[in-house]
Amino acid sequence: MTSQRVHFYQVGSFAVGNRLLDEDERTVQAHSDRTNSIDSGHRACQGCGEALGARYALDAAMRATNGQIVAVNATGCLEVFSTPYPETSWRIPWLHSLFGNAPAVATGVAAALRAKGQKDVRVVAQAGDGGTVDIGFGCLSGMFERNDDVLFICYDNEGYMNTGVQRSAATPPAARTATTEAVGPEPGNTFGQGKDLPRIAMAHNIPYVATATVADLHDLERKVERAMEFRGARYLHILVPCPLGWGSASAETILIARLAQESGMFPVFEAEHGVVTSVSHIRRPVPVEQYLSRQRRFAHLFGANPRPDIVAHLQSMAEENIARYGLLQPEMERSS
Amino acid sequence: MLRQIEGSKAIAETVALCRPEVVCAYPISPQTHIIEAVGAMVKAGTLAPCEFINVESEFAAMSVAIGASATGARAYTATASQGLLFMMEAVYNAAGLGLPIVMTLANRAIGAPINIWNDHSDAMAVRDSGWIQLFAETNQEASDLHVQAFRLAEELSVPVMVCVDGFILTHAVEGVDLLDQSFVDSFLPPYEPRQMLDTKAPVSIGAMVGPEAFEEVRYLAHLRQLDALERIPEIAREFFESTGRESGGLVRPYRTEDAETVVVAMGSVLGTIKDAVDARRDLGERVGVLGVTSFRPFPSDAVRDALAHARQVVVIEKAFSIGAGGVLSTDIAIAIHHEQTLLRTVVAGLGGRAITQRSLEKVLDHASRDELAALTFLDLDQGAVDRERARMHATRRSGPSAENLLRDRSAVSPRAHA
Repeated sequence: MTSQRVHFYQVGSFAVGNRLLDEDERTVQAHSDRTNSIDSGHRACQGCGEALGARYALDAAMRATNGQIVAVNATGCLEVFSTPYPETSWRIPWLHSLFGNAPAVATGVAAALRAKGQKDVRVVAQAGDGGTVDIGFGCLSGMFERNDDVLFICYDNEGYMNTGVQRSAATPPAARTATTEAVGPEPGNTFGQGKDLPRIAMAHNIPYVATATVADLHDLERKVERAMEFRGARYLHILVPCPLGWGSASAETILIARLAQESGMFPVFEAEHGVVTSVSHIRRPVPVEQYLSRQRRFAHLFGANPRPDIVAHLQSMAEENIARYGLLQPEMERSS
Repeated sequence: MLRQIEGSKAIAETVALCRPEVVCAYPISPQTHIIEAVGAMVKAGTLAPCEFINVESEFAAMSVAIGASATGARAYTATASQGLLFMMEAVYNAAGLGLPIVMTLANRAIGAPINIWNDHSDAMAVRDSGWIQLFAETNQEASDLHVQAFRLAEELSVPVMVCVDGFILTHAVEGVDLLDQSFVDSFLPPYEPRQMLDTKAPVSIGAMVGPEAFEEVRYLAHLRQLDALERIPEIAREFFESTGRESGGLVRPYRTEDAETVVVAMGSVLGTIKDAVDARRDLGERVGVLGVTSFRPFPSDAVRDALAHARQVVVIEKAFSIGAGGVLSTDIAIAIHHEQTLLRTVVAGLGGRAITQRSLEKVLDHASRDELAALTFLDLDQGAVDRERARMHATRRSGPSAENLLRDRSAVSPRAHA
């Protein structure tokens, strides 16, 4: 599948512009016949990146499979805000079992469908970063290793937001959480820890691994559709800013997701069978300060007692990402 | 067809006759031979359509079963001991979701100290989970119970655990009359789920429920278990009418009609107890046995009726609640609820210690003279316990008790340790 990246210079971002595209190039969300897999009326916070990501991802999966999706959900924000008793936002078959077992439950669903010969019905499992990189990690690795026919989506908001913003193994260094307070000589989360799940997924040699953000929803939808072209285990890691946990403005969720990518803090790429096949190049490189300073979880790095040393450390991490994935535009690399 | 067969193999062959569609398992002694045999049948294509999934943990095994069952497939797994504890969160979840999974539990002790041999600590640890728990007395019953278990589970939308004494039954080779496929097909209709993940009729399963309805959901689960109290004997009777075999049911009395003392127990030890009771009967003592087949739901009425005329009830348990006493005994006490009956608990067979007829006869002898204490531990080496207690009093850093007891044992009698 080939795709050409469309630059919407008129609006200065990649976030809008459906009306400038031909009908068949518009997003699934731009079409009135979309599924609304997760319907309106749920209880996510204002500006929730996860609700947005789930909506786009699942509707794209529904379009890619002609409406034949079964969803499995780990415990977490998405599960809680979408099914407050006696209501549900889900318009697709949906199963929540436990926090740490969504990959295995999805394996069971896929096995049952295979035993029943229902090849057209596909399985999507979804979890937050806690349910993916921490408590669900064993089951996820097992599902990858067996290459079960499941698309697993991690909505990564870099912490345990549902329980009150505690640290996970996806929380970035220096970030303040309720269990990595911004106190002492090394405030916030510790450097040198954490798991890079997309790379761990690639090490399992599964058919498809991709990252995305809610800042580029065309790209997100395209990756879901691409994922559904494969059989076997697939992994999609979506960065979803959390206004509550990150201390960011509700109206800036998309902006912050874009700054995460444009600063190099969050590399956006896709890989097939363990090999990177494409990267989303950074269009307008920005220093990490621009990303960090809009979030209160990093407020202790700025202000009255700034910590330029820590910011520099984070900048060096972003530059490692840029170098590892070749995130700069080829012409920029030539000129730099 | 009567075959000389290992218990695990008989269970596996019977499970295959039930046409499971998804089987998932993680190996743990003494369950391994069951899942190996089922896996071989799937691999060879003799059990089809069926997906056999080798998972990475027991937590995943039960989770795969949950996903499969919620998709409308007949799902089976097996475990034991630590494995059951490792999947405990999912065990509760399967029951809470009302998914009719059938699981064999090859009963085994729980560590530490690590011990692979038989007792009932594992089953007791999940007695409140909402699973039906049936205890097999023999390999014939262990095998037959699986067909009844699928029938019961799917009728009531409740998961069923078939408890089979590890090694004592799972690894014993004896004659088992295996069922015919045609009989199993007629006895066990195809699974019609009450709820399932269906793209044509989407539902949300496993939604959050707050205080406004949680109690009602739990009470409904209780009612389904009470329904099982009705269905378990009916299904066993139907099974008996076709096969002539008394497998399953709620309780199984033996020589209780005029018994002054009734021994209550679960599982394979009932055979030895019956031998001991026969021996005491030959001496003129009025003793009987009550086997409890259905531990959950607990058949209080049937137990009360069976023990109505007993002056003394001796519960022999392969597990106990540390710091309290018997587990089965507590349920028995609530069921009989009159203070005239002497209730005695004998904890026996922990970690695979042999329960011999001689020791049981000694218990019955004490019981006949009203000399049995309220709580006793069969064949306890009191000397070894006293010596370890003395070491603990003598020095703060007395070391790990388990290792001290082994050293003590080899010092006292080296050959017994070897």
